Parts: sequence; C-alpha cells; structure tokens
Amino acid sequence: MNMDIDAANWRIEEADETIVLTLDVVGQRANALSSVVLEEFDRILGQIEVRPLHGLVIRSAKVNSFIVGADVNEFQKISDSVQATALARAGQTVFNRLAGLPFPSVALIHGNCLGGGLELALACTYRVAREDDATRLGLPEVRLGIHPGFAGSVRLPPLIGDLAALDLILTGRAVSSRQALALGLVDEIVPDRHLMHAAHAFIARHPRPRRAAWWKRTPSWSMVRKPVTRLLQRQLRKKANPDHYPAPYRALDLWRRNASQDEEALSLGELMVGRTSRNLVSMFLLGEELKRHGRRHPHDVAHLHVIGAGTMGADIAIWAAFKGFRVSLQDPQMEALARAVKKAHGFYKKKLKKPVAIQDAMDRLMPDTNGDGLHRADLVIEAIVEKADAKCELLRSVESMVRPDTLLATNTSSIPLEILGEALRDPSRLVGLHFFNPVAQMQLVEIVRGKQTSESSLERARAFTVAIERLPLDVRSSPGFLVNRVLMPYLIEAMTLAQEGIAIEEIDQAAMHFGMPMGPVLLADTVGLDICLSVAEMLSGPLGIAVPERLREAVARGDLGKKSGRGFYSYDKSGKPRRRAAHGHSDVPVTERLILRMLNEAAACLREGVVSDPDAVDVGMVYGTGFAPYLGGPMRYAEALGEVGIASSLQRLAQEYGSRFAPDEAWGRTDLFARRAALRG
Amino acid sequence: MSDAKVYVIDGLRTPFLKTRGQANEFSAADLAVAAARPVLARAPFAPEQIDEIIVGCVIPAPDEANVARIIGLRLGCGKTVPAFTVQRNCASGLQALACARERIAQGRAHLVLAGGTEAMSRAPIQWNTAMAGWLAGVLRARNPVARARAIGGFRLSHLAPVYTLLLGLTDPLVKLNMGQTAEIVAHRFGITRTEQDAYALGSHQRLAAAYGAGQMHDEIVPLFDSRGRVYEEDNGLRRDTDMDKLAKLRPVFDRKYGSVTSGNSSQVTDGAAMLMLASETAVQRYGLTVLGELLGEEWAGVDPSQMGLGPVHAVARLLARFALSMDDIRKMELNEAFAAQVLACQAAWASPEYAHDELGLGTPIGPVDPARLNTEGGAVAIGHPVGASGARIVLHLLRSLRRHGGGLGIATLCIGGGQGGAMLVRAKGESA
Repeated sequence: MNMDIDAANWRIEEADETIVLTLDVVGQRANALSSVVLEEFDRILGQIEVRPLHGLVIRSAKVNSFIVGADVNEFQKISDSVQATALARAGQTVFNRLAGLPFPSVALIHGNCLGGGLELALACTYRVAREDDATRLGLPEVRLGIHPGFAGSVRLPPLIGDLAALDLILTGRAVSSRQALALGLVDEIVPDRHLMHAAHAFIARHPRPRRAAWWKRTPSWSMVRKPVTRLLQRQLRKKANPDHYPAPYRALDLWRRNASQDEEALSLGELMVGRTSRNLVSMFLLGEELKRHGRRHPHDVAHLHVIGAGTMGADIAIWAAFKGFRVSLQDPQMEALARAVKKAHGFYKKKLKKPVAIQDAMDRLMPDTNGDGLHRADLVIEAIVEKADAKCELLRSVESMVRPDTLLATNTSSIPLEILGEALRDPSRLVGLHFFNPVAQMQLVEIVRGKQTSESSLERARAFTVAIERLPLDVRSSPGFLVNRVLMPYLIEAMTLAQEGIAIEEIDQAAMHFGMPMGPVLLADTVGLDICLSVAEMLSGPLGIAVPERLREAVARGDLGKKSGRGFYSYDKSGKPRRRAAHGHSDVPVTERLILRMLNEAAACLREGVVSDPDAVDVGMVYGTGFAPYLGGPMRYAEALGEVGIASSLQRLAQEYGSRFAPDEAWGRTDLFARRAALRG
Repeated sequence: MSDAKVYVIDGLRTPFLKTRGQANEFSAADLAVAAARPVLARAPFAPEQIDEIIVGCVIPAPDEANVARIIGLRLGCGKTVPAFTVQRNCASGLQALACARERIAQGRAHLVLAGGTEAMSRAPIQWNTAMAGWLAGVLRARNPVARARAIGGFRLSHLAPVYTLLLGLTDPLVKLNMGQTAEIVAHRFGITRTEQDAYALGSHQRLAAAYGAGQMHDEIVPLFDSRGRVYEEDNGLRRDTDMDKLAKLRPVFDRKYGSVTSGNSSQVTDGAAMLMLASETAVQRYGLTVLGELLGEEWAGVDPSQMGLGPVHAVARLLARFALSMDDIRKMELNEAFAAQVLACQAAWASPEYAHDELGLGTPIGPVDPARLNTEGGAVAIGHPVGASGARIVLHLLRSLRRHGGGLGIATLCIGGGQGGAMLVRAKGESA
C-alpha cells in the first residue's frame, strides 16, 4: 500500500506488513527532533496505527547518529514557561502514540542516541543497538540546564531500575551500546550487518518487553524513597551548586514524587526559561558555531609533529594521537619523552580500556629524539620554553626541514606572532594554536592571527582543531590573547587580596561561590607560580599590571605551586591542598573585586578588537577557563548586571582600592556589546 | 646474472634488552614497530608506498601469528601492503633481508621493509601434548560418565610445562643444546676457557668504546615503556667486567668439565632491527640517500652438532662466488653466538686440514684480520635475540664500513640446526 504522507524528513518503506521509518532530517549532519519533525512523525503514526501491521522499525539515515536530541535552536525561541511546557507535552503525546501502537515497534540505534532521541527509543517496544564504540546512548539534558521532557524520566526507571536511571539522568553521561545492554537499556546489540535481521526477529517473535528486575526497583518503595533521595542529594551537592544548577535537583525531585508526565513537562517548562538553561543553551550553541566555522574547510593533517615534551606539548600530542592522528613528539630530553609516554599510556588505559585500542594509540604516538617526524609532518606545533629567541631559532630550523606546505603553529601564550614570524621566510604559514591546561579537559583552542598570518593558514588551523574535537576561537595576536589576559587581573587581584591579609581559603571560597570551577589561588598554584609570574611579567608592561611581591617571593623561594608541593597552599603527598577551616568573613568585597577586574579586562579586549564580539569573549572564558557556565560567560553576566552599573561599581572600587579598577572606556560604548542577531534566536 | 642493484637506505634497531626471568614489556611486534617507526617517519615516501614487509622471527607470541603483517598494519602501512614472516632460526633476520634483496634484484619490488625481531623473554610456555589430548577428551565427552572417565585419565605428568625457548635452543635431531655444540667445536679446535673469556671481554670493551665514541646512537632508537622508563643502550653490556669476574662463572652446558659459560656466550635478549631496502629506481625517484648495497648471500649446511662452524662454509662459498679473498673484506660481522664458536671459525679458516677435508680447498682461505672482525663488539655483549641478530649485524656492518672508509663487508651467522649464512655488502666511506 502506498502511504501518501507529506513528511520531508522521514522515509517510509513497507514490506511484509512491516513499516521501516527512516529519519533523515533535511540539510543537517545529524537528526534533531524539531517541532516539524515531530509533527510529521505524529501524522505518520496517525496513519499507521489504524492499520493491521506486524510492526514498525525506526532508524536513522545519518552515518554517525540515530537522533541527537531535541532541536536546541528551538529552545531559544521559547519566551515563557507555558510555551515550553506545551512543547514538552506535544512531544510526550507523540511518543505516547508510538508507545500505544497496537503492534510492536523497534528502534534501530547506531551512533549517538541522546536526549529526545533516547526518549523516542524508550517509547518503542524494543531497542536494538549497533555493537561498537561509536554507538552511545544518554540523557544529557542536565548539561543544558534542563531534564528529560519527553517522558524519559517516567519511562526509564521501570526499564532499567531506579538507581541506574537516576545515574543517567542526573549525570547526563552517555553509555556505550555494550554498557547499555548490561543496563537493560537496549534489548540486543548486534553488528551493523545484522541490525535489520534483529529488528525483524523481534517483531516476529514479539517477546514480552523488558522490565527491570524487581530488586532494581526497591529504591522506589515508599519506605526507602526519601532516604535514597537525601543520599543522592548529598552526592549532587558535591558536584553542583543547586542555586546555579537546579536541573538535577529538579529531576531528583520528580523521581521522589513519582511524578507523572504532566509534572515532568511542567518542571521542564520552568527550567527551560530560567537563567541557567538559557545560558547553558547559548553556550552550547556558541560552541557548535565554532565547530561549524572550523568545519567549513576539510582538515588536511595526517601527521602532527609536536616539539617540546613539557606539559603542554605532551598533552597536545597525547590528545591528538588519542583522536586518531599520527603524532611525533620531539624533545632532546629522554626523561621528558619517557614521562610523556607514561602519561599517554595511563590516559589511554583510562579512556580506551581495550588493549588493542591502547596499543593503536600508543603506536600512533612516536617519541622522537631527533626530529625524524618533521619530514612527514603536515602540521608542526612548537611548545618549547616560552622564550622568543629560542622559539625563533627553532622555527627557523623547522622551516628549513619541513615541506613547503607544512603548517607551522606555536603554542605560545604570550609572545606576539609577529616577532616569531620574523624568523621565517614565509611568516604567513605561522599561526598560533593556544591550548589550555589540561588539554584533555579544556575544550578551547585560541587560533591566534598574527599580522602576517594568511587566511588559509587560519582555515587549516581551525579545521585541525575541530578534527581533534576542540573549539577553535579566533583571537588577534596581542599580549595574553583573550583568555590569559582576562584571567590574569583576576589572579593578581586574588594575590593582592592575600597580601592584604585575607585568608586564601576565603578568597577561593568566594570565587567558587560565584561559580568558578576552582578558586583563583588554587588555580595559580595548579598552573604553576613560575608560569603565572612569567605571564604576569609579560603582561605587566602592555596592560599596566603590578606584579604582586608575594608571587615574586614565592617563585624566588622555589615554591612553584602544586608541582613543587608548596605554593600559596601546601600540598600533601597525594597533591591535595591543606586547607585551613575558613574562619570569619572579612568585610572586603572579595567576589566583587575578583570578578569586576575580569569583566573590566574583558571589556578592554572587546574595545581593542582582540576578539570580534561579546559572544567570543563568553565562549572563550567558559570553554577556556570554566568561567561560571550558568552565567553564560563574563559578557552575558555584564549584560545582566547592566554596563552602567558595572562602570559605577568599578568607579567605587577605584576610589577605595586604586586606579587598577578604573572603568575601561568600553563600558560607555554600547555598540561594543551588541551581539550577533543570528545567535539571539 | 643481470640482477638489479639493491640498496639499504635506512635502518634502526632497538636496544637489546636482557631477559631477566620474566617477560619484558615489549612484544616482538612492539619492538619492530618501535624500530621501524622513525625509519618510516623520516622517509620521503609514504608508508603505503612500500611494496612488501618481510620480518624474521623465530618464536612469535601465540597472538602474533605472521608477526610481519601485524607490524605492517601497526606501522600504518595500510591494508594493501603484503607482509610475511620468515624463520631460519638464528639467521631469520638475515633471511628476511635475503628475501627482500631477491625481490628487488628481480625487479619485483622497489621498496621493502625488512628485518628481524624477537622477544625471547616472552617465549611461551606450553602444555605438553598429553595435556592437550586429555583436555580434548574431557571437552569431547558427551555424557557425565564419559566425562568422569576422561577426567580420570589425568596424570600429574600432564602438568609438566614445555619451555619453547629451551626447545628452540636445542637441536631437535641430535638433542644437543646450542651451548653443547659450542663445547664440541671448542674441543675440536682446542680453544681454551681463557681464550673464550678474553674474546668475551674484548666484545664488551669494544661495544663500550663504541658507545663512548657516540658510534651507536645513529643505529639505535631508544625504547620507552609504559612506566616511564627509557632504554637507550643494550643493557647486557658490562663495562665493569674483567677476566677475574669472567673466570668465576661456571660452565652452564657441560657443567663439570666444560668451558662455555654465560659470560662467554651471547645473551638471551629481546630486540628488533628493521631496514628499508630500495631499488635503484626508488632511490632516484625519491632522492634517497644510500647507506650501502646488498650484493648477495650464501647458505651452507654443516653437522648439526657443530652448527657453530656454519659461517666457515657460508663465507667460503660467498668468497668463491664473488671471486674474492679474505683480504678484500674490510669488515666482518660474525655473530657471536658463543666466543668459542667465533674462535673456532677463525681456526677453521686458518686450518689446511679443514680447508682440505671439509671445504675441498687446496689452501686455507685464512682467518679474518681480528682488527676487522666485530669491531664494535658482538652478541656476547649486545645480546642475540635470535630473529633479530641477522638484521642487526647487516645494519651495523654498513654503518661501521661507512665510518671506516667503506668497501666490502660480510655479515655472517651460525644457525641452529647446522647451517651458516653470509651476506656480502658494500658501502661507501662517509666522506666519499
């Protein structure tokens, strides 16, 4: 029978009384459940539910994914919670229709099956997943400040048990298809070639749908529900501040109340229009935009050569080999290479687990004492000591050894590219690739444009950055670029506060309270005080920053922070700082002083054109330093406070604490804070 | 013969690592990958452009069947480059080079990655056949009664392990281990314990001097293990040994009256040496720098119980075929399986009787000038990972020849089972 349904994004095939429904969202790399897609799906279900069919198979036509979730772009168009709740209700209704079909349905899952995609699969009678590492299932909603809204929080606990369900919902972590099978999240995993066979077999056999074993449901018994909730709440608190990140707490509350689909939708509606979700969504979309920007050109790197096996060089090499690139890591010092190889092995063991995968990654990472890898390299990244002369000399010799089309990059955090470019015959091939420590966690890479850097070098650098799954942010070559420059006044202010006698624990506490992932004093210790000092000194001239005496003294004493066992804090053997109990609070405006210095510097960066717009500042600070994501970055936070208010607060601080707080002239120029219309939705 | 020329354009080896009772971290494939990786990285052609990969290996691990293929894939040569493993006991590495040389000489290949690898510390310990039979019986039993009966057939002797390393080092026909064959040739040519120890000491001293003079680093790629350790040198090298220390060691093969000790034998080690061979065409197309030329090889069979004399015959044939005399050979690498065996070869070449009776020659070809023999030490100090040694001595011979003004050289080994292999090479002096 021919079904005449107008559904641009779905392909409908029928054979032997079984419908195979293939989702292929037009013009997208991955399938997302936009309202149009859901409406089409609803219409299709309406047509087939009345027919005497054997079964329905739902799959995706995309190479890498099943369905990656709801369409996040639509979130930004929602203006009030009623509208958001209605959106969730609409989705629930469609999925209920799917769940209520009079014949069995099978979700055939390959690649990413996330959020709304997994909720769709949960509404099917059976789930069959492809048996490989690329197939991942999860409910990452909390990462966008919300929780599942298409009945996921209602359907999941009965299927896999309460604790397993809460683990997936509260952490947002994704599991592999093998783990999903062990959890009971999917009914079967098979190689790609058997996916369709398995689907037909399930429809033909029509076994009883899977349920969690009774003992996995014991936490839901009314007697234990409350203590379990309290226990989980306590665990959550260690991870996220409920004032900043309410979503997991709300999800837990839904579970405690044994909430219905209506309650789920209502709660989601409230979260969706809250500040946290708004900001997390915009951060996510900004990140996606950076990726799209980088993907505009296909990357052309097969072999990466990294020079300098210090922390940064080693971590870059380890990460790139992890992401499938052939990498040579050059250092004349055997011990440095040995440390890097050890670290690589530990990292791959943790991440990859399977011996063959670990071996493959180790094979791709070649320790290189003589620079053998230079000959093959498509991209060379230097990450040697932060000295202009040494870098120039190195780049000069590198240029003479590599192919003419090899892209040259520097991981310098402070030396202007124009100076390094002077060492080269062709300075247009030099670009800055500024990674952040630790590379495996910090997603941002500053793509530094020197005056002579060519557009094609920038394109290649961005494309490579996206290929190793990092976010490329364009910045102009100027002292400290964006991230370090904005961060430095904040670190310096923390040290100044400490010098004034404020307890370092109190300073760090204040920053953490604000929403920073780590206090500034501990951050300085972790980065290394010697590195802080050299960056501070380098920035002190151009930015007029006074380097605190206490920092100089600590470095002179050899107290370099965590790595030497003592910095501002002292560290025990396992590397944990010894904190004294925070005593009474001082009446100094610690948070205000820390954060406003950062905002002031960020405004200066905008005015000087270090980055193009406020979104770039936000994405840089959030992905590069972890600046309170729930606030959406410094500029979004400034917008919330109001530029005029910030300027007057700065004025007040300047009178009391000195001219370093003098408001930047940028605060008077509203044009600088204009955001790109496209991203405001 | 109008064979095409065959060049060695590059090559590296790992440091050779002593076996200390338990398995070292590196498998045979790991070692070969580590040795060949920089060779491929610095080559001007892509790994996919290699025509073939040939690797010698005597006892690959059970999960390393056709280890050459594993090595090729792990090196990123891609699925389209074929690979095979060769086994000729102690000359497996030389056999790999010989196969590669022939392929290029015949015009069938232009770029061949060849060498040898061995992780002797990882030689498997196996169940014996009785145990395997018992297990199969138990698994085949269809019902409880049959199973009980099958299980009842168990004998304690089934647990006796089979050490493949020891078996590999024992001649399967004459049932002598390699050390005993060295005792036999030592006895035949009257080579004393002191002579053997003096030779062994010289091997350590020459290797130490070569390291001291920085002559080894262009041949060796450091190994890094997962625990942050780095191996830069052959760790069997003993800079502190002397005649007294060597004299204190007890014979290990003929325990009571023998003269062959662990001090004057090659060491059981793990290691790999990998070379890149190229045709004239490839050299021109990619502008390759040439390390040396492989001219040809000869193989010979001898009494298995005197396998150490294999080189005597192989070299004699090689010299005859190329119409050369011993004087024409500027450098010789004669693998030091045992000090006694090296000295026995020299004695055999010097002996008119041996020339007449065994080689069918009117006059002896004469021993090689000791100043030209194993000038940077040999397997006594470096170690003898059986599958790798043949490739190592060719690689070292080429580098050594270049440093000493170039010319012709021979790399030769005795082969367990009673054979000898020898390869003639030519290299230009470094300044030339």
